[in-house]
Amino acid sequence: MNSLLLHIAKNEWKSLLRGKWVVGYALIFLLLTDSLLRFGGGGPEALLSLSNVMLLFIPLVGMIYGILYIYQSREFIELLLTQPIDRKVLFWGLFAGIATPLMLAFVIGSLLPLGWHGILLLDAAASSMVLGLGAVLTLIFVSLGFLFGLAFYDDRIKGFGFTIVVWLFLAILYDGLVLMLVFMFGQYRLERFVIAVSMLNPIDLARIMVMLEFDISALMGYTGAVFNRFFGSNMGIIMASGMLTLWLAIPTWIGLRVFKKKDF
Amino acid sequence: MIEIKNLKKSFGSLEVLKGINLSIPKGQATGIVGPNGAGKTTLIKTILGLVKPDSGSIRVNETTLNGNWQYRRDIGYMPQVARYPENMLVRELLEFIKGLRNQPATFEHELIEQLNLAPELNKQLRTLSGGNRQKVGATLAMMFNPEILFFDEPTAGLDPKSSRMFKERVQTEKEQGKTVIITSHIMSELEQLVDHVIFILDGNVRYYGSTKNLLAESNEERLEGAIASMMEVA
Amino acid sequence: MTCGEIMKLILYIAALLTGFLLITESALAQIKVSPEGPITSIQAGIDQASARDTVTVLAGTYHENNIEITRPITLRGIERPVIDGNGEGTIMVIRADSVTVQGFGLKNTGRSYIRDYTAILIDQASDFVVEDNHLYNVFFGIYLAETDRGVVRNNHIESYDRREASSGNGIHLWNVRNPEIIGNRVTGMRDGIYLEFAENARIHSNVSNGNNRYGLHYMFSNGGTYYDNTFRENGAGVAVMYSEDVDMKNNLFEHNWGSSSYGLLLKDMRQSTIEGNRFYKNTVAIYSESSTNIQIKRNHIEQNGWAVNIKSSSARNYFTENNFIQNSFDVRTDSPRNNNVFEGNYWSNYEGYDLDRDGIGDVPYRPVSLFSVIIEKQPESLILMRSMFIRLLDTAERIMPVLTPKTLYDEQPKMHRIP
Repeated sequence: MNSLLLHIAKNEWKSLLRGKWVVGYALIFLLLTDSLLRFGGGGPEALLSLSNVMLLFIPLVGMIYGILYIYQSREFIELLLTQPIDRKVLFWGLFAGIATPLMLAFVIGSLLPLGWHGILLLDAAASSMVLGLGAVLTLIFVSLGFLFGLAFYDDRIKGFGFTIVVWLFLAILYDGLVLMLVFMFGQYRLERFVIAVSMLNPIDLARIMVMLEFDISALMGYTGAVFNRFFGSNMGIIMASGMLTLWLAIPTWIGLRVFKKKDF
Repeated sequence: MIEIKNLKKSFGSLEVLKGINLSIPKGQATGIVGPNGAGKTTLIKTILGLVKPDSGSIRVNETTLNGNWQYRRDIGYMPQVARYPENMLVRELLEFIKGLRNQPATFEHELIEQLNLAPELNKQLRTLSGGNRQKVGATLAMMFNPEILFFDEPTAGLDPKSSRMFKERVQTEKEQGKTVIITSHIMSELEQLVDHVIFILDGNVRYYGSTKNLLAESNEERLEGAIASMMEVA
Repeated sequence: MTCGEIMKLILYIAALLTGFLLITESALAQIKVSPEGPITSIQAGIDQASARDTVTVLAGTYHENNIEITRPITLRGIERPVIDGNGEGTIMVIRADSVTVQGFGLKNTGRSYIRDYTAILIDQASDFVVEDNHLYNVFFGIYLAETDRGVVRNNHIESYDRREASSGNGIHLWNVRNPEIIGNRVTGMRDGIYLEFAENARIHSNVSNGNNRYGLHYMFSNGGTYYDNTFRENGAGVAVMYSEDVDMKNNLFEHNWGSSSYGLLLKDMRQSTIEGNRFYKNTVAIYSESSTNIQIKRNHIEQNGWAVNIKSSSARNYFTENNFIQNSFDVRTDSPRNNNVFEGNYWSNYEGYDLDRDGIGDVPYRPVSLFSVIIEKQPESLILMRSMFIRLLDTAERIMPVLTPKTLYDEQPKMHRIP
């Protein structure tokens, strides 16, 4: 089963590499990171700008990429489904085959300039945090894109529309709603609530982890006990990474279920 | 050997298959005909496992389908519209499917020669004409020497010469005792290739029997006329 | 010259030499204290010494306290003898001018809520040198009371009582003039270095880390200067209060974290200079309350929670040529009015442009963000930091300020870091 999975994934890798699209994506991050480091001051500054770009665009690109793959490869997927092969293996093969190149494109594209500017060694923890988060976000959102592609298999307009709405919601509107709620219920102790709510949005989760890396000094200025325990110990990191893992597992699992049951 | 019992499938409120019962013995060449939207493609897709039935059962060579996949080792399928990853080479696609199936590609070279695919092998699939893509599909379907062959509108995009070569090839397969199932709108073509016909209308099997019987019963000389008269009755 | 005359001269010289030798002999009197005897107590050694004598103490542990020095002598430890106060009272008191105490290990003073038990107390003396001593588990470390001049140099003071109330200060200055505090290391005390009514203090090259309250605490002390010090991981950072004419240069303030922790806290300060310091990863780098006429220039303020928290009671302070790099918030204030000047700083959060290429941004930078106003009102919204939504709000507010101080801006933001 594993060799078959790898066989499928490898075929996708070859195909994607030849498509140059992923290579271009890697080049964008390469140029971006390099110019941030070249013109934008020090390592932490560049890493922070990179993570801002990452938090905004990786979810969008990941989802569009995932859904576009499903739409473009419908007939090919159907052909593969007529072959003697387990749907589960096919699903994992395709997912690994398309998600990992996008992930690696981000990681390698950003890693190289960080390496040759020496930041990788200088700010090793922050660098690996940003790269790791970008990698996980890529997987999560490609998985979501996959899921939306399968869910809106026959209606591309709906699929793309839904993707854009989900992105707008998670990347921007969600935090606006949180802010609104905070002001509406300002008279109560809201620490637990805002932590819980932020945990429900993968972009917020990643953002909180970036925050823990770059803004810990400010976070320590807050007097609430719950925040202090959350941000001040390893609990914040552990909980956020746990939730990110769930965010990766659940859409992928649902995607697999849909894929296994779907009529093609 | 394919046995179908009381097969039902709806897409939403649309009932596509309304209780199909069929038994296709080994070695029989069967044509599936019917108007557009009658349920032909759904039926084939259900047998291939692409579509999951709502109720009823399908047995292929003693295996009852329940989401398993091993039975497809014995099936070759040539789709109606063949589209492949665009920047893949024909040769790579063949290699890929070979790796996937892990079965001896008995007729690979024979088919490439017969369908005149050799000049296309090192071309990217997006540069291939529709006819050549169909040939690739035919090769993929037949190269592993499967017992059961499905052809969905196989000659739609083929030029006359290729079409003839394809039909010759199908004849050979028949002679070797393969179970061949073809859907087509071209009745003359079916006449040459099959000896049994399944006529599907509104999700039900209206007729299933040998071509000879059909022609005799309907007092028609050609399959086209026989089918057309059946449609009129409906 | 006759033979007799020559003899007389020789005798005279001999007498002179003998007398001189005798005098030097007594001046160089070396008094040795050693666990092997004959003198086994440091106090006994000191009591036998006359002015300008040196008392040498050999290696070993001496259980003594309230050692009193009342004559100008040098007390020198060889191979760091240890004086153990056994947890009772003060260990050593200097009550004479020109005393040097050098090379000792002192440990276990008494602890009290009423009395300031100290390892080395200098009481109403001048021109002392306290040098190269290691203090361990002490209540107060080195205590200067009503002294003039004098040097406290290269001492190590370390304690492990983490409660603020039951720990004393490392180097405590009360009512002193012209003290020099150089190259000491203080850890785990209440305040690392504490000044109250200290005039013209010179404090440099010290390292004050991990103290329970302030690394340096300056009260009612005018005209001093402190430079090249490191203040790291202190409970509340550094506080400089109720003083004027204080020069603060080239110090490092870093990792002072907490809701009431500051790199540098200024309160009721006047006419002072803060220059060339580095503030790194503090919750608040510079906090200012009721302070006026402070020049804050050429500082490097990087990765702090808030670079500057300036209360509206502060006025006429001048921030220029500072590097504000990647602070979560640049400036926080509690009033829509602004009485201070920000001019010609570099702000890494600045997003403006420089079309005429003169190195100065063409649009002003507003260092108070809307978000900092928001979290002032609703602290829980802190969790939204760096979110896209907040960035959009901040950008909109910067273009059209409504809730942030309209007059607080840097009209000449630098495009590049100031070297």
